[in-house]
Amino acid sequence: MAVTLFLPTVLAKLADGRAIESTGDTVGAVVADVATRYPNLAPRLRDEAGQPYPFVTFYLNDEDIRFNGGFDAKVSDGDELTVVPAIAGG
Amino acid sequence: MATATAPLATQLEELSSDEILRYSRHLILPEVALEGQQRLKASRVLLIGAGGLGSPLALYLAAAGVGTIGLVDFDVVDVTNLQRQIVHGSKDVGRPKLESARDRLKDLNPHVHVEGFETRLTSENALEIVRDFDIVIDGTDNFATRYLTNDACVILGKPNVYGSIYRFEGQSSVFATEEGPCYRCLYPEPPPPGLVPSCAEGGVLGVLPGLVGTIQATEGIKLLLGVGEPLIGRLLLIDALTMQFRAMRLRKNPNCPACGTREIRELIDYDQFCGIGGDPLQDPNGIPELTPTELAAKQQRQDDFDLIDVREPHEWAIAKIPGARLVPLSAFTDSLHQFDSARDIVVHCKMGGRSAKAVRQLQAAGFKKVWNLAGGILRWSDEVDPKVPKY
Repeated sequence: MAVTLFLPTVLAKLADGRAIESTGDTVGAVVADVATRYPNLAPRLRDEAGQPYPFVTFYLNDEDIRFNGGFDAKVSDGDELTVVPAIAGG
Repeated sequence: MATATAPLATQLEELSSDEILRYSRHLILPEVALEGQQRLKASRVLLIGAGGLGSPLALYLAAAGVGTIGLVDFDVVDVTNLQRQIVHGSKDVGRPKLESARDRLKDLNPHVHVEGFETRLTSENALEIVRDFDIVIDGTDNFATRYLTNDACVILGKPNVYGSIYRFEGQSSVFATEEGPCYRCLYPEPPPPGLVPSCAEGGVLGVLPGLVGTIQATEGIKLLLGVGEPLIGRLLLIDALTMQFRAMRLRKNPNCPACGTREIRELIDYDQFCGIGGDPLQDPNGIPELTPTELAAKQQRQDDFDLIDVREPHEWAIAKIPGARLVPLSAFTDSLHQFDSARDIVVHCKMGGRSAKAVRQLQAAGFKKVWNLAGGILRWSDEVDPKVPKY
């Protein structure tokens, strides 16, 4: 499945830009593919065991993947995956 | 999408003739009208932080006629605040933010009562402070206070109008209403210290807190009046660079220890929860440090050593320590082979946080003679060479 992963500006410099084209059957597979291609970005997306962090939320289209199987959530062609890390500035 | 909730401000307070004239543009709005304005006058809103988000929040809430504005802040106005903290002025540099904000708000609207809490919000005082307000608006600048604010609001059943910012991006939502999710539903745990730089390290577009703070003010006023569709169950993502606003769906987590299972019945140690104290900079067994004065003496003795600056090139362009070589932390891992483990290496950044990470990386790679410059280039400017500009 062809999926686009969107990064916030702060992480985009660790990849080639804000939108990364990727493939995979699940969110976890897409994240693993992106992590392999961009090793500096990898530790910002998931932990060493390949599991999601509690402080980085992934949205599959507009839905939080935690309520849909987490990294096991199935993706479809054309889906958009958005990475939303916690920020605290004020 | 959440529909309008019942007005949170349930009392009505009479308006004087002066106030009727002042609020005329509200009074002719059917959604506010006389009754809504009377509700606003009777309402009590607590702002956590009188900084970037707190500035537009306080100004607009005061202008709108919110009767009582509580402000929690213990900081003093610094000249670097003025690029975004518009409630304060140049004449206020060095004054407590509470005093400065109070004067500005009183000038803007003498009908508003400002209650100041010149303290850090802590597990000991939070419930006492929050208890007396109708809603809380989170404009703080750190994870520990955000979790504290969230839990206090959940325990007391107070809506928490959330906003946070970093560089060009912001987030906003309304948490801790009876039916909606809370901050812990969005982020169950904070990132480890140092992973997400603060605005002081990473920077923030000055107008961004204006964008996000006015969204929070709007949500707060909507909740008080009970009009419109509040951001309950939605996370608004604001990107100032592309000027795109996206609302993501946010669900209440049934396993959330705060608002789901309600395991959290009292406030905890939030510094510990956020891993503060495990900070390598505060670990006495952690990283060898050198003070700026010691570094200056080392340079004067013409010791044989390498001084490595791990900031980014755009920071290097602002200020540098003579004799330093730039190796940004973002490219540090790939540059480890350039260093000579036989030589002394002193590493610095702006304040000492990023260079501590670089020292850790060097130690992990087997380097033994590595020191972190305590306080970074800012302390160097304070203690050794004031000609090096601070930023």
